[in-house]
Amino acid sequence: MTEIFIYAALLAYFAATGLWLGYFLAQREGLWQGGVWLMAGGLVFHTLVLAQRTWSLGYLPVATFGGALLAFGWALVVAFLFLIWRAPIKVLGALVAPLAALLISGSLVLPPGPGVVSPLVQSCWLAFHIGLTLLGNAALSLAGLGGILYLIQDRQLKGKKFGFFYRRLPSLEQLDALNYWCLTIGFPLLTLGIITGSLYAQYTLGSFWRFDPKAVLTVIAWLIYAVLLHERLAVGWRGRRAALMAIGGFLVLIFTFVGANLWMGGYHSFASFIKQP
Amino acid sequence: MNLVLLGVNHKTAPVSLREKLAGLIPEVPEAYRQLLSFPEIQEILLYSTCNRLEAICVTEAAEPAVARLRDWFGSHPEVADREMDQALYVHRDADSVQHLFRVAASLDSLVVGEPQILGQVKAAYRTATECRATGAVLNRLLHKAFSVAKRVRTETGIGDHAVSLSYAAVTLGRKIFGALSGKTVLLLGAGEMAELALEHLQADGVGRIIVANRTLERGMKLAARFRGEAVSLEELEAQLLAADILISSTGAEQFLLTRDQVKAAMRRRKQRPLFCIDIAVPRDLDPGINDLDNVYLYNMDDLQEFVEQNWQRRHQEAARAERLVAAETLKFLHWLKTLEVYPTIIDLKDKAEKICQAELKKTMAQLGPLSPEQSRTLEVLADSIARKLLHDPIIFLKRNHHLKQPQRELDLVRRLFSLDPDQEATDPKKD
Repeated sequence: MTEIFIYAALLAYFAATGLWLGYFLAQREGLWQGGVWLMAGGLVFHTLVLAQRTWSLGYLPVATFGGALLAFGWALVVAFLFLIWRAPIKVLGALVAPLAALLISGSLVLPPGPGVVSPLVQSCWLAFHIGLTLLGNAALSLAGLGGILYLIQDRQLKGKKFGFFYRRLPSLEQLDALNYWCLTIGFPLLTLGIITGSLYAQYTLGSFWRFDPKAVLTVIAWLIYAVLLHERLAVGWRGRRAALMAIGGFLVLIFTFVGANLWMGGYHSFASFIKQP
Repeated sequence: MNLVLLGVNHKTAPVSLREKLAGLIPEVPEAYRQLLSFPEIQEILLYSTCNRLEAICVTEAAEPAVARLRDWFGSHPEVADREMDQALYVHRDADSVQHLFRVAASLDSLVVGEPQILGQVKAAYRTATECRATGAVLNRLLHKAFSVAKRVRTETGIGDHAVSLSYAAVTLGRKIFGALSGKTVLLLGAGEMAELALEHLQADGVGRIIVANRTLERGMKLAARFRGEAVSLEELEAQLLAADILISSTGAEQFLLTRDQVKAAMRRRKQRPLFCIDIAVPRDLDPGINDLDNVYLYNMDDLQEFVEQNWQRRHQEAARAERLVAAETLKFLHWLKTLEVYPTIIDLKDKAEKICQAELKKTMAQLGPLSPEQSRTLEVLADSIARKLLHDPIIFLKRNHHLKQPQRELDLVRRLFSLDPDQEATDPKKD
């Protein structure tokens, strides 16, 4: 059953990608609306897949890289649908929908390897740490994607190029507001995610902190966002610099998620979650 | 039934002629009284703008109507016939419908896509209805024209792109600030274009307006006009802290603001974006300002480039609008043709009604006294039989009007139901 649902979600996200790219090119409101319905429908299937897997396994299915991609894709779509309800930066959909589709595709081509999942990862307390971190990362990813749009529009306005992108992208003010909004949502979530993870580590492994690549990189990203948020509030950093910082943080997060898991090892990597038989 | 449209516009007539002709119109009710007194003219609408004067009329006799209107246009004592003949254009039927649609949709305007023309045509139509100069055909035509104009505006981007330098400030501002409401404008110096831009910005809802001028007196006058405040140029750096939009058009020989000054101001402004428009020649603002974060500087050349690109885009959109107009014209002509079957439908219904009445009268007399309910039931019976019998012929008429020879269908129905008994008897061609 989950197989059908996962393909239904994938199909919906790909279809929404098509519609939202069409919206970006033709700027027809109907295309945008259609995309919203498709994304929402896809999210329902996506949620069913995660719920069914959690039910049958008894814990969040994020012990493998593929599982984590699926869960992160879910968090990204949730964050985006929440965002457009509050601040409709519609053209951002043309980046988010394909990203969500790619994340699901990734989870499909990365099948779970054989082995027994460590009982540490099966704890329901860990679900808080994972859920908060993923949602925080999703919101901060949106800030990063929004930052890309900001830089493009900023270039058009500075360079006096009033063409393709100038007409299609929203105003700088809206894009900067997106940055701030995602930051104020994502940063507290990531902070709570780090704290819960640290508490869990103390409880199970006996120490709050170990020099593990994933944890170190996440803290670096957290520091970037902390500086950005502080400077925004205190000095009034905004615009291009805020966009660049958000993109920087986003890149660190991607590297944490992909690079640290695959190449750097550590107790936090997927490889260590599964004991080979 | 024919439609005829006569007129002169900015392409065919010099402004002197258009002025004289406009002199014909001031007493519109009188003009309509004159025109409606001509037997050829059934319905008529006159409309004039600064760029055109046109009349569209519904007539059964196209040529006499054209001649009448031509004379009427030429009736101004100062209008020479030859001049008039050169300037006047005449459109008939399909062309006149298309022309009216194009005018209402602002495709025939001097500035293609300008929004005022629709309002002017609407006002002229209102006056015409008050003078009872329009009827079923023109009412339908004008309402169609308004909806076509609206569709052109919403479905094509014909009005989306600013094509005047002064309006460019508003559209650029929107891309930077989103909405302009509540923003503060600082005007340096005065000049026609700066004031025009300020008017546009004010119409778009900007809040505070500060005018800084070399002579305070002139500045105060200008500030009063825009309900703003006047300051002296010496306070420029302090005022820069409050401003979101800076329009500069002084005659100064040197830069009024250098990159370093603005850089310092930006820090104190907490990096709130600053949108600068430098329309002075020689320039007032250091071009290096544009390199600073969150500062966007446009000079005269940039704005010109912006407007030029928008012109091209507007003309592309106009081509799409033309297709829309052509399609709607066809639809209207289609409707116009269906009009021809209506007299026959009415005749059919009349005939049925008469037969019902006559037969009811006879039957009632035979049946003797009936209760009101009983006679009412009889009437309903007769009426519904007649209506059901006529239903199919009427549908036949309405559906078949678009055949190549609609007249033949019409004749057939009229003969079948003997709607013209006299003609039937005397027409030798019928076999």
